[in-house]
Amino acid sequence: MHPFNYYDPRTVEEAVEVLKKFGDRAKCLAGGTDVLVQTRGERYELDAIVDVKKIPELTSVDWTNDHLIIGAATPCYVLYEDPKVCEAFPGIIDSASLIGGIQIQSRASLGGNLCNASPSADGICSLIVHEAECVIAGPNGIREIPVEEMCVGPGKNAMDEGEFLVSIKLPLKNSFFSSSYERFIPRNEMDIAVAAVASSVSLENGKISSCRIALAAVGPTPIFAEEASKMLIGKEPTEENIKNASNKAKEIASPISDMRGTVEHRKDLIEVLTRRTLSKAVERVSV
Amino acid sequence: MSDNNVRKVAINTTINGQEMDILVDPYVSLLETLREVVGMTGTKEGCNDGNCGACTINIDGRIVDSCLVLGVEAEGKNIETVEGMATPDGLHPLQQAFLEEAALQCGICTPGFLVSAKALLDNEPKPSEERIRHWLAGNLCRCTGYDKIVKAVKKASD
Ligand SMILES: Cc1cc2nc3c(=O)[nH]c(=O)nc-3n(C[C@H](O)[C@H](O)[C@H](O)COP(=O)(O)OP(=O)(O)OC[C@H]3O[C@@H](n4cnc5c(N)ncnc54)[C@H](O)[C@@H]3O)c2cc1C
Ligand code: FES
Ligand code: FES
Repeated sequence: MHPFNYYDPRTVEEAVEVLKKFGDRAKCLAGGTDVLVQTRGERYELDAIVDVKKIPELTSVDWTNDHLIIGAATPCYVLYEDPKVCEAFPGIIDSASLIGGIQIQSRASLGGNLCNASPSADGICSLIVHEAECVIAGPNGIREIPVEEMCVGPGKNAMDEGEFLVSIKLPLKNSFFSSSYERFIPRNEMDIAVAAVASSVSLENGKISSCRIALAAVGPTPIFAEEASKMLIGKEPTEENIKNASNKAKEIASPISDMRGTVEHRKDLIEVLTRRTLSKAVERVSV
Repeated sequence: MSDNNVRKVAINTTINGQEMDILVDPYVSLLETLREVVGMTGTKEGCNDGNCGACTINIDGRIVDSCLVLGVEAEGKNIETVEGMATPDGLHPLQQAFLEEAALQCGICTPGFLVSAKALLDNEPKPSEERIRHWLAGNLCRCTGYDKIVKAVKKASD
């Protein structure tokens, strides 16, 4: 492995400075569960690793009037051990509690999951259906983008040189909103999704007033299945309506065949998982 | 290759209750730091990529794979390894139960299982079998088939 130096900036500005200085020879270190594996595997060579965990905003979890703001480097366990977060963001908790095993969850962050931009990442679809915004800092200050614009290709995110993710902003919803995430893996734990779906719904007077469906491991990036989501707006959450939207999601999925699964298998899985996650989200609203 | 001047970093950390100052290369894992710099070889390397849990240690009350932590990240932390489990009075109840239940064969995975299981029992003295299996999913064993390990953890919790 190519040797690198370690930087632990204490402010957002200091981090931007180091990242700018080293350009593509620097990478952020959050939980390290992707980046350390990748440098060791010589996927790339680094001169600098920038530990962002000592910047206070990167590991804080703050409630404002209309958002929950999660520091980009907050480990998964902090989220699923917080009953308030569990109550308000069930889909995200589904994701956070199935990334790796307990050891991985002590370190792995949703920010790292997102920036790593794997098509099969378990955190990203849940962020999409919760309408998350990415707060990005860079040489020109702070900008925000919707999470569905963050992944631009396998392992590629939308950030420019010198930029990094500070936090993830999640809008607070009312009690008529809920969400769910489910993946298919051949084992019970510790595996990479063959296909996965996150769904969220809001129910008003028995009808669906908002809906988002997102698909993982069936394209070069996680996919916001907007057309399938729209089909349910104004409709009742009947079995048939859910089935129709699930078929649409299956159409939108554009997987490849590889050692984990074939195109046909993955598309079928998307239909089943869309049905399940939509039904689960509806059920979670009702209880 | 760019010319990159790598400097060693001085860190202060506490391992099994003992505070120490060590000098580490900034790109070296905490696993390697423990084994090669500190000289504590109880923590094992299996895969070196986060999958097997043989390198599990406890940092500030949470278990992590030490192969996926940098040595420099140990600065200011409180670390517990398998070497900290037994006392002059004898083995830790988990270690005793592993022996009695024959929960090991080659033993490479054992320190990781012990440290993981200890973190579970420290917080949840009476976990169900399902909970034990879920908690230990990040620890792999190629010899025992797991049943004896789960039994040993159950026994230590009784
Ligand atoms: C054994 C094992 C099992 C795993 N299981 C799963 C699984 O079930 N599901 C799953 O989705 N993933 C899994 N992963 C992958 C990984 O754990 C997750 O993607 C995790 O969420 C990454 O978070 P991290 O904080 O460790 O990221 P890091 O490794 O610290 O960073 C990941 C990438 O994002 C960049 N980055 C991190 N933070 C920032 C930031 N704030 N700004 C800009 N860039 C940043 C890094 O430079 C790096 O390129 C597994 C990994 C291992 C080793
Ligand atoms: S050696 Fe660290 S998890 Fe296998
Ligand atoms: S006893 Fe050999 S790997 Fe577990």
